[in-house]
Amino acid sequence: MTIHRRGFLCTLALAANSSAQAPAKRWAMVIDPQKCLKDKGCTKCIEACHKTHNVPALAEARHQVKWIWKEPFGHAFPSEQGEHVREELKHQPVLVFCNHCDEPPCVRVCPTQATWKRADGIVMMDWHRCIGCRYCIAGCPYGSRSFNWVDPRPHIRQINTDFPTRAKGVVEKCTFCEERLAQGQPPACVEACPEKALVFGDLRDPQSEARKLLRARFSIRRKPELGTKPEIYYLV
Amino acid sequence: MFMFEKAVVGSRRYWIWLLCLLVIIGAGFLCYLRQLEYGLGITGLSRDVTWGLCIAQSTFLAGVAASAVMVVLPYYLHDYRAFGRITILGQFLAIAAVTMCMLFIFVDLGQPSRVINVLLYPTPGSIMFWDLISLGGYLLLNAVIALVTLGAERRDAAPPGWIKPVIFISIPWAMGMCTVTAFLYSGLPGRSFWLTAILAPRFLASAFSSGPALLILLCLAMRRLAKFDPGRDAIRRLGLIVTYAMLINVFFFLMEVFTAFYSRIPEHMEHFRYLFAGLEGRASLVPWMWTSLALAAVSLVLLVAPRYRNEEKVLAVACGTVFLSLWIDKGLGLIVGGFIPSPLGAVTEYAPTLPELAISLAIWAVGLLMLTVFYRIALAVRESLAAARQEV
Repeated sequence: MTIHRRGFLCTLALAANSSAQAPAKRWAMVIDPQKCLKDKGCTKCIEACHKTHNVPALAEARHQVKWIWKEPFGHAFPSEQGEHVREELKHQPVLVFCNHCDEPPCVRVCPTQATWKRADGIVMMDWHRCIGCRYCIAGCPYGSRSFNWVDPRPHIRQINTDFPTRAKGVVEKCTFCEERLAQGQPPACVEACPEKALVFGDLRDPQSEARKLLRARFSIRRKPELGTKPEIYYLV
Repeated sequence: MFMFEKAVVGSRRYWIWLLCLLVIIGAGFLCYLRQLEYGLGITGLSRDVTWGLCIAQSTFLAGVAASAVMVVLPYYLHDYRAFGRITILGQFLAIAAVTMCMLFIFVDLGQPSRVINVLLYPTPGSIMFWDLISLGGYLLLNAVIALVTLGAERRDAAPPGWIKPVIFISIPWAMGMCTVTAFLYSGLPGRSFWLTAILAPRFLASAFSSGPALLILLCLAMRRLAKFDPGRDAIRRLGLIVTYAMLINVFFFLMEVFTAFYSRIPEHMEHFRYLFAGLEGRASLVPWMWTSLALAAVSLVLLVAPRYRNEEKVLAVACGTVFLSLWIDKGLGLIVGGFIPSPLGAVTEYAPTLPELAISLAIWAVGLLMLTVFYRIALAVRESLAAARQEV
């Protein structure tokens, strides 16, 4: 009997699900930019993520691979920018990464199903199936995906042997640390944040901290008008 | 192989031409090998502009390929006899163009060895999947049609009856292929430049002007180089097709400009602004885009007046301007312009690198090589047929 990689992973996931007897979760992230801005130069979450996931540090800007990074407010929220936006917002960067959309255009356009949405909402990547056509990058309205224009391996500062490295010619992005979630750990960025500005949680659980925050405070999402249903919430 | 013995007979000029093309192909192939080793970082592409010259060429050539219907449809559906001599040339042009189109996609893949995954894991929800199916199918259809019809011509017999339905299928298939290519772009939520229902009609209009314009130029060149007469009526009628298609194409473009600038929705205006005026001081495509517009204007002046259009020398100039104008518009501006500014507002410019240009040039040379050999075969078949008839 031959078993393919995808089939094997599915079986594993099914086994894990059935043993737990729990309904599927819906992972999401709630970000509090006010807390994030307390230490303006802080990049702990970015460092933790990129170190955990063997993200290369390429000097040339146009070839850079990023899973999580900071963008000026106006770039992350083009429709919210205006002359009279609060000063501290106008010039401050916000954290951006894959939105793990409920209606992900990247998944819709991929010609090989190398990227797909799991039952728990995580938009995943199969780096062994990706043909490197970059249609998903054209499809993503958030610029959240990176392509390996060159071999990334020589540019990884310190290889984490618990996580795969990628080959040149494939697309990659944030996976909500699905490998850590499987071990009951929170995403690396969440764990690394000293201000607890990132709250990760299950939206299907009304008692989760994420749901509590969303109930209590006003939040915005990036380009919700596109109908992609992004699952990263920014508290205002 | 089938009729290829006719391709190995030719003048000194023919062989020198083929040799030149082979040298260009060889140089491009070496650059491609380097790209395979180093990665697509060898190109001018970036995080923000992830598709460039190659995908744009592919998009442009899908249109040229589809334009074969502009001779096939009148000839087979309306029995327009004047196209009898050039229909096969149109089909050969389609074969060469669609081959180039597929090669341009292939060389742009990050992991070309995995291209088979598209068929191993068919994904009907992906337009890219349908694009590859429609391109491959169109290549197959035209190869079968061209071989069967030219084979029949060689035997001085009517083509077999079963080929008629195949030819009829190729007509909507061509339209579909052009539409699907437009759908690659026009269904992406975050790319306002392409997010327009007029993109597919615009693709058809530009295809039906650039393709026949190239066919006219090829026919006129054949008359000069190979004493092949496409027929005065055929050329005039093709000229008329180019005229109407180009008028519609320019009209569609102006509709886009109106919608973007009267609505004043920033996301829709910014791409046009980048292409025609520049953004944040970055304006490398501006001269190209204005050249394209100027060429389109000149072509329309020359095409619309029958007095000019029916003069073959003027028509040749007009066709040259149409082809160049649309090559810049679709083979450069349309794809690159859609990425600038990026979804995050970055204005990152793109310029192809030398290896990228060499690879592109090589693919064009592959297309020209195919065209030369195919046209040589078609001519040889007709020459031997004429000689046989004279003997009788």
